[in-house]
Formats: sequence, C-alpha cells, structure tokens
Amino acid sequence: MTQSISIKDLTLNFGAVSVLEDLNLDVAQGEFLVLLGSSGCGKSTLLNCIAGLLDITDGEIHIQGHNVTWEEPSKRGIGMVFQSYALYPQMTVEGNLAFGLKNARVPKDEIAKRIARAAEVLQIEPLLKRKPGALSGGQRQRVAIGRALVRDVDVFLFDEPLSNLDAKLRADLRVEIKRLHQTLKNTMIYVTHDQVEAMTLADRIAIMKGGQIMQLAPPSEIYNRPVNKYVAGFIGSPAMNFMDGQLDGGAQHFDTGRGLDFSVQGYEFAAAPTSGPVWLGLRPEHVQSGKWAEGQPVQMEALVDMVEPMGSDTQVWAKVNGQDLRFRMDGQEAVAIGDRIPIGFDPARLSLFDKSTETRL
Amino acid sequence: MTAAEMNMKLAVTPRGAKPRSPFAPRNIMLYGTLIVFSIYYLLPLYVMIVTSLKDMAEIRVGNVFSPPVDITFQPWVKAWAEACTGINCDGLSRGFWNSVRILIPSLIISVSVAALTGYVLACWRFKGSEVFFGILLLGAFIPYQVLLYPLVIILRELGLFGSLWGLVLVHTIFAMPINVLLFRNYFVAIPEELFKAARVDGAGFWGIFFRIVIPMSLPIFVVSGIIQVTGIWNDFLFGVVYTRPENYPMTVQLNNIVNSVQGVKEYNVNMAATLLTGLVPLTVYFFSGKLFIRGIAAGAVKG
Amino acid sequence: MSRARRGSAAMRPPIRLFRNLSSKLAAIPMVLVGLGVFVGGTAWTIVHSFTDSRLLPRLRWVGLDQYERLWSTRRWLVSIENLAVYGVVSLVLTMCLGFFLAALLDRKIRYEDTFRTIFLYPFALSFIVTGLVWQWILNPDFGIQSIARGLGFSTFNFDPLYNPDLVIIGLLIAGLWQGTGLIMVIMLAGLRGIDEDIWKATRVDGIPVWKTYIIVIIPMMKPVFVTALVLVTSGIVKLYDLVVAMTSGGPGIASEVPAKYVYDTLFTRQNLGQGFAASTMMLVTVAIILIPWAYMQFREKRQ
Repeated sequence: MTQSISIKDLTLNFGAVSVLEDLNLDVAQGEFLVLLGSSGCGKSTLLNCIAGLLDITDGEIHIQGHNVTWEEPSKRGIGMVFQSYALYPQMTVEGNLAFGLKNARVPKDEIAKRIARAAEVLQIEPLLKRKPGALSGGQRQRVAIGRALVRDVDVFLFDEPLSNLDAKLRADLRVEIKRLHQTLKNTMIYVTHDQVEAMTLADRIAIMKGGQIMQLAPPSEIYNRPVNKYVAGFIGSPAMNFMDGQLDGGAQHFDTGRGLDFSVQGYEFAAAPTSGPVWLGLRPEHVQSGKWAEGQPVQMEALVDMVEPMGSDTQVWAKVNGQDLRFRMDGQEAVAIGDRIPIGFDPARLSLFDKSTETRL
Repeated sequence: MTAAEMNMKLAVTPRGAKPRSPFAPRNIMLYGTLIVFSIYYLLPLYVMIVTSLKDMAEIRVGNVFSPPVDITFQPWVKAWAEACTGINCDGLSRGFWNSVRILIPSLIISVSVAALTGYVLACWRFKGSEVFFGILLLGAFIPYQVLLYPLVIILRELGLFGSLWGLVLVHTIFAMPINVLLFRNYFVAIPEELFKAARVDGAGFWGIFFRIVIPMSLPIFVVSGIIQVTGIWNDFLFGVVYTRPENYPMTVQLNNIVNSVQGVKEYNVNMAATLLTGLVPLTVYFFSGKLFIRGIAAGAVKG
Repeated sequence: MSRARRGSAAMRPPIRLFRNLSSKLAAIPMVLVGLGVFVGGTAWTIVHSFTDSRLLPRLRWVGLDQYERLWSTRRWLVSIENLAVYGVVSLVLTMCLGFFLAALLDRKIRYEDTFRTIFLYPFALSFIVTGLVWQWILNPDFGIQSIARGLGFSTFNFDPLYNPDLVIIGLLIAGLWQGTGLIMVIMLAGLRGIDEDIWKATRVDGIPVWKTYIIVIIPMMKPVFVTALVLVTSGIVKLYDLVVAMTSGGPGIASEVPAKYVYDTLFTRQNLGQGFAASTMMLVTVAIILIPWAYMQFREKRQ
C-alpha cells in the first residue's frame, strides 16, 4: 500500500526558535490520523505545513506520491476545514463552495454537479442561497466541510473543526465526520486538543509535545500502553494517578518509601525488568472498590477524603497509607468522607515509567 | 490606546450615574453648561450665514450678530463668480473646480495605495516590512516644513512641479501613514483562517485582495475616504507651495480673496466665500456622522 | 483539482527574493515614501541646514552659522515665544475643556449625539475658514467690541487682531474653537473605556462624582491623556494656516510662528539655508516631545 502522506525530516524554525524538529510521519491511504496535544505543541503548525500554508525550513512533504514541499496549497490535492469555519462572509453558501473550483477553472456544469453532490451528502441543499451570517455554527461547519468536499481531493485536513461548537453539536458532528470518513474513505488528518474526539475518531493518534511526536499508535494502545509519563497523564479523564517510589525485589515489588508497598507481579515489562526509582501510574477506572476489590491481585484499604457524585459514578479522592489516590465507584454505592473502604487492582493494567527518563518500562 | 479600541469604546453606551428628573438642579446646570458651550461653537456658523445674507449697507450699520433685514443672495453670486483674488476676478468657482480636480485623483490614488499597503502589512508580511511600516509611522510626526523643499526637488525631477498631478502625489505621500495604519489595523482583524482557506482555494495575492478582502472592508474605505476628502479639501500649505496660481485650490483662493488688500472690503462676499469653501467638508461631516468620528479616533494615533 | 500541473519546480525551494513577490511589489510605494521622502527628505534638509544655500541648494559648508543667525533674528525669537505661549495655553485649555465636555456628555444625557455633533463640526473645517470667520467676529468695528460698546460699555476694548499684546488671544479663541472637539471625542472614548464597575464601586463607597473623576477616573485615563497630549502638541507645532488666514503674522510681526517663518524664508525670501535651519529646529522640537512618548509606549508594550 502506498502512503497517502509522507513527511521526511521536517524542520520548521521561526527565526531562532525551532517549532518542529526532524519530524517523520507516514499516513496510510484512507487512514484517519488525529494529531492530539495541548496548545502550543505544534499540531496545528504541522497541519499548516502539510497544507502548504507555512514554508518549512527543511525536509520534504509528499502527498499521494508527489513531492509537494514547495507547492502552492491549492495544488497539493488537499481540502481543509478550519476551527472558525473561515467562510467568505460576502458570498452565498454556493459561492463559498464554488470559489476554489472557479479559481481552478473547473467547467461550470462540473461545478454545479459537485456542489449538488456535496450539498446532498451534507444535507445543506436548503442553505445554498444563504450567506454564512445567516447560518448557525453547526450549519457553517457543514458548509466548510462541503468546501473541502467539492474539491474532490484525496486528503482532508481538519484544524480543530469542532472547537467552536457547543457540546451537543460537537457530539453530533463528530459522528457525522466519522460517517463521512467511512463513506468517502479519504485520508484525513485531524487536529484537536480534545481527547474524546481523538479516541472516537482516530485510526491512529499522534500525541505531540514541544514540536515532537511522543507516541503514534492506535487509540487503545495509547490508552493501555502509553510510552511515557506525559502521554499517560494526557490521555484519560480523570487523569492517571502517579506515585513515585522504588522498584526492587527483582523488579517485582513497588515501595513508595512512605508506608505503601505492593507487588507488581503480572506487569508486562517492555524490556528486561530493572530495579530502581520509578513512577507508577494507575488509572482511576482500573481501581476496584468495595466488594469488587475482592479477588484483585493487589488489595489495600483507602481512607475517603472527598467525594464527587456524578450520577452514573462517583469520583473518590482518597488516601492510601499517606498516598493520594483517585478512583471511581459505582454511582449507586454509598460512600462518605472518612469511610474506610477496601480497594484492589490488577498490576497488569499499571504503567511503570523510569523516574529520570519518564519512559515506559 | 489603539484606534480599534477607541472605535469600540465609542459604540458603548454612556456611563455614569442614572439620569434623574429632567428639572433637578443638577440637570439644569448640566444642560445649561452644554447649551452655553453649544452657543460658542455654533456662533461662527451663524455669523457666517447671517453676514453672507446682508448687503454692505446693512453690515455697516449693524453688528455681526444681528439677523439680516433684507435677505440678499447677491454676495453668494459674487463670491462664486466675480470676487477678485488679486490675479483674476472670476470668483471662487475656479478654485472650487481646481479643488475638485485635485480631490478626485488624490482621493482615489491615496486610498488605493494605502489600502494595498495596509493589506501587505496585515496579510503578506515579509522580512523588513514592519521596519518600513515603522518608518512610515514616524513620518507622520515630521513637521511638513522639513519636507517642503525636498519635495519641491522630487517633483521638479519628476517634471510634476506646479501641476495638479504633483499636488496629487504630495497628498498621496502625506496621506500614507495614517491611512495605511487605518487599513492595516482593519485587515489584521480579519481572521487569519480566512486567508488560509482562500489560499487552499487557489486565490493568490491579488485574488484574495479583490475577491475576499475588499468586499469585506467597505466601512474602512468609507472612513479613509472621509479623512481624505476633508484633509485634501482643507489643505492650504501644499496648495500654495506645489501649484501655480491658475491651479490654486479653493482654500488658497479663498484666502487671497478675503485677505487681498485691494479695493473695499466686502464682508458679506467674504463670508459667503468662506461658507462656500467650508460647505464640502461640512456636508461630508453631517452626512457621515459616526464614521467621521471613527476616522478621527483612528487618526488620533497619527497627530 | 488537476495534479498534472505540478512541475518539477515544486521540488526546489523558490529563490528567497521572489517568494511573496506580489507583496514586495505592492510594498514599493511604502518603501519609496518611507525611505525616499521621509528619511531621505529629512536627512537632506538637515544636511543643507549647515550650508549657505540661498536661491538654490548647494553644499558649501558654513557649520552652525545658519543656526547662530537664526537665534539672533528677532522674528524667529518672536515666533518661538508666540509658539511657546500659544502652545502652553492652548494645550492646557484644550485638555481641560476637552475633558470637561467629554465628562458632561458622559453623564447619560439626552441629545448626546446632537451636542457632540455641535462640538465637533469645527474640526471638519479648514484653518483658513476658521481664521477668516473669527477674523470677522473679532473685527473691532462690527464684532464683539462694537456690540459691547453698543450695549453701553463705551470704553470696552477688545481688538485682539489689531493689538500686538492681545493677538495671541485671538488666535487661541479660534484655535480652541476648531480643535477642542477632537480632544473631546478622544476623551469620551477614554471615558467609555472605563469599567462600569468602577462607577458602581465608588457609588457604594459614597464618593461624590467630581471626586471620583479626580481621584479615580483621570489617573485611569493616563494613556488617553498622553495620546491627546501628543496630538495637540504636534498640531501646535504645525500651526500655520490659521495665522496666515487670521493675521498674516501681524500686526507687525506680533503673531509670527515658526512654520510661517520657514515658509517665508524658503519661498519668499529665498534664503534656503536659513529656512532649513529653522525647519530642523521644528523637527528637534517634535523629537523632544515625541521621544519620551515613544519610550513610554515601548515600555508599556514590553510589560
């Protein structure tokens, strides 16, 4: 299978500041890749480089087998959807959809045909004669997607397309984008800071920080086997619990040195197990409590500090032998501050990171 | 404070304590003061109008404030068509048409150049563009007197000295700092993603300017146009320095008529001429309302 | 979307200079005006102020002779003195009056738009028109003096345009009439920019309105005052048209100003070197006002 997008040694400097450094990325034909990271991590910058909206300092970008490193954005065979919709306010919806095609001197009847098709797919036919100012946020973003659609390209680029919408609309359009991808089977690169969008949409997620890709993997792997402490803390809500401590006893035993210690037998080490200082990560949802704690390989007792009932479940802030621990309980269980409750977990679901390099052990 | 901030603030509703009964002593003082000041500001307009409607005999017996007894439009006719400037006696009409011939090309060229430059500075920055913009802004603070003679030389070298086109060029040059600033600030506020979208859609430098930016920016063209119309029409110094007497703009001709030492002073004709000269900017002012204020608030940065 | 058009050119980075070529071409007017006129012209004038150029500019150096002669010329000294007096008084009065009127308009009054229109319309008029109207109103035979005498004050004397000691007052009356509206608009924008919660807080604390203005509002409006200050000052330095229209520098040389001195020296007395030295002094004046302001702006931006 040929790569749809291939980025080789991409470097981007703004003056003396290095924004992206030696970045390599291959995206397969028809893949849905999400670039995920907090603001300033370089994800939008990378997308703009792919689109040709930023001139790169060094490296190469190939799209559909062509070297487009110094090609104009309009000639790269991409369509792009922006956070602020970026619709031309003085043109009708139809004019917005036609603008790029007119610039590319596409024949009139072909333009009409493509607009009709895109309007049908996105259900915006009744809006064609209106101006963007008269549309709701959701409708505007549909039109913006339509503008990418009519270009009849292999690659779609999304730059935080749902961030300006309210929660309900965001969920609706998320599903719609996923459906669109399944119908069209285009390559899609999607930038977001929202991990829910990333987890639900992506074939693969690239987690970025400081202009570098930290981990590039399918969502389940990112969730279950984060490569480093940053990725582990970034993915998951509420965030992963971290404890610092010492791994010894043939790397089978964890000790915080402050009164809490337990066996980590069953943890799958990425390489040969080594003893030494570590960060131990435990996802709140992997902690079992009450009667479900029975039978877990590791068991202990937690003192409840604070309770946040959310309806479906209850978030508990607790202390275990002086160590802060957050976990989730079933919303129907009664729990109060000051309670002592049994908890337990399976070391196979832990994450262990080297204390100094913060990479996965 | 930037012009944009000021524009926004002008749109906000008034502040301060809640209004009380209209006849509270506080309000009587407030409105009384405002009315007294209004009289000071309106008085010259009133004097101009009444004087221009009297004949000389009536002026000699009365004072400047007394309303006309016999309204006559003769001074207006004379001011327009017969008043003498010391060189010729065909009134202000010549100056009026000169001003129109100066205004129209100056307006079009200066606004176009400023809009294009503002567009470059807002959307297509290149290495060094901000430095040139800084130099341009500093230029707004250089007293005109410093540049008067160098411009004489430049115009002479270009073969434009004394011609209308020379004056058009001078107006375009001195209009640049403030108008470029105005356009740049307006264009900067257009979301960047719109430019990105247009580039993905295959529009280039000129395509984006004519098809996306200009259609979105009509208000700022109007504001800039207002600044230019009043500025160019009211100019005196450049008119005197860079044109020959047959091309003198209206302000110069007005000054020559009123302050000419020959003959008997005809105050009614003078006031009619003065009013005629002020009519164009006054019309622009009264019809443009808030946009004029936006323009000068923007110009406030210039000085 | 045709992909066939992709040439081999896409493989190589474009040459630096030609990237953004349209934008660089469109910036040519800005570069020419900035470097050629503003920087070049200023430098040219300063350089030639050290020469003995008379009818035509020439580079025969005389060191500081022109400046020594300038500062021993009575007309220049009078001009500077006039500018200083006019400048200080007009600055103080414009700022106070502008703020006062803005504060009145900000008291949630009715007909705010009407009052604002009245206070601002003189700003749309040229200095020539302003000067001529006030020349007429201050005319001792028909204007204010004659009215006062007609009312029985037979010894009332107010003929500023004919009295060397009072002529600056005449200029001030006209200048304030024309210019306060602008400052009022800027101050009003500043007042509107103040958080409504400040007013609520002072009312809760029981501070009287006038005290709130002095203790709270004015200190908060410092940037606005500075902008207004720069604006008024650079306008004052340029003072020329008004003097020409109102007094032509008279009576005698009692109302001469530097800008007029430069114009007359350059274009009527054809003593170029002297004119350049005088205009360089004007530039220095502006620089003295501007540099602290620019420094303040720069420091604020960095914080």
